[in-house]
Amino acid sequence: MDSFTIAGKTFASRLIIGTGKYPSHAVMVRAHEASGADMVTVAVRRVNLVRGTKEESLLDYIDTSKYFLLPNTAGCYTVDDAVRTARLGREAGLSNWVKLEVIGDERTLFPDNEALVEATRVLVREGFVVLPYTSDDPVVCRKLEDAGAAAVMPLGAPIGSGLGIQNPNNIRIIREFSRVPVIVDAGVGTASDAAFAMELGADGVLMNTAIAGAQDPPAMAEAMKHAVLAGRLAYLAGRIPRKLYATASSPLEGLVGR
Amino acid sequence: MSAVTITLNGDPFDVSGPLTISELLARLDIDARRVAVEHNLVVLKRTTFDGVVVREGDQVEIVNFVGGG
Repeated sequence: MDSFTIAGKTFASRLIIGTGKYPSHAVMVRAHEASGADMVTVAVRRVNLVRGTKEESLLDYIDTSKYFLLPNTAGCYTVDDAVRTARLGREAGLSNWVKLEVIGDERTLFPDNEALVEATRVLVREGFVVLPYTSDDPVVCRKLEDAGAAAVMPLGAPIGSGLGIQNPNNIRIIREFSRVPVIVDAGVGTASDAAFAMELGADGVLMNTAIAGAQDPPAMAEAMKHAVLAGRLAYLAGRIPRKLYATASSPLEGLVGR
Repeated sequence: MSAVTITLNGDPFDVSGPLTISELLARLDIDARRVAVEHNLVVLKRTTFDGVVVREGDQVEIVNFVGGG
């Protein structure tokens, strides 16, 4: 398989998956293994002061020698909060990478793109490798790239919606415009959505709910692994043009009875 | 040592002090290797936990990783 490199780091899988909303840590571990992913996202939250950290923690269930941790700034609505959270994630984790989210609306969780570009600029200046979660807008993606983003991560549909890729042509245009990897982040509902994203030319797909919320998360994780591989191969193979009418696959000569 | 009141993860918190970040974490039964700490809006390097002193009125945030997408 062709390699997948972001900011000089090469990953074996083009599938990036989350660690949230699984029925249990044990199910998450099996889903991670089945997915073949080697990068997982995590959120940064205040420690529960009653329980401390002596009780089981998420990191007891992620082998960081196998999985690269990508801390996010989920839930942040301002540049300041996102930057603070990114800095905390860097100290809690093992790298200077961040999945940057600056949310602009509670119901849709759509990004505040203006704030996102500004936060990207600040964090890049501080040496972060910034992977911003953005609208599927080629102009915003270009601004993020100009601000120093290491990849752009346009949404396929709202976070957790499972609606699939709502604006495939924009994803295609973003791929055409971008000099950095394009990762479709959010909106995938099932395997065909992931394959479709890859067929459009996405360099990777990031998902959480589609796997964690499935009735059988490890099985869905395996389905996603194959979908991403299939979609990537189909993209590289080059699909046939669409035509309105039929073109016979079998010879028209030598037919019996003519 | 006397009691100091700090703002810890957004809430008032009384602790005998002043004390270092390392001492605060120990008192809270928190494993320092698993968390990141912000002291008066400055995110601390883990290597400074023994040196930074928490005083009356300080703001401290202690975070860790949880599941997310």
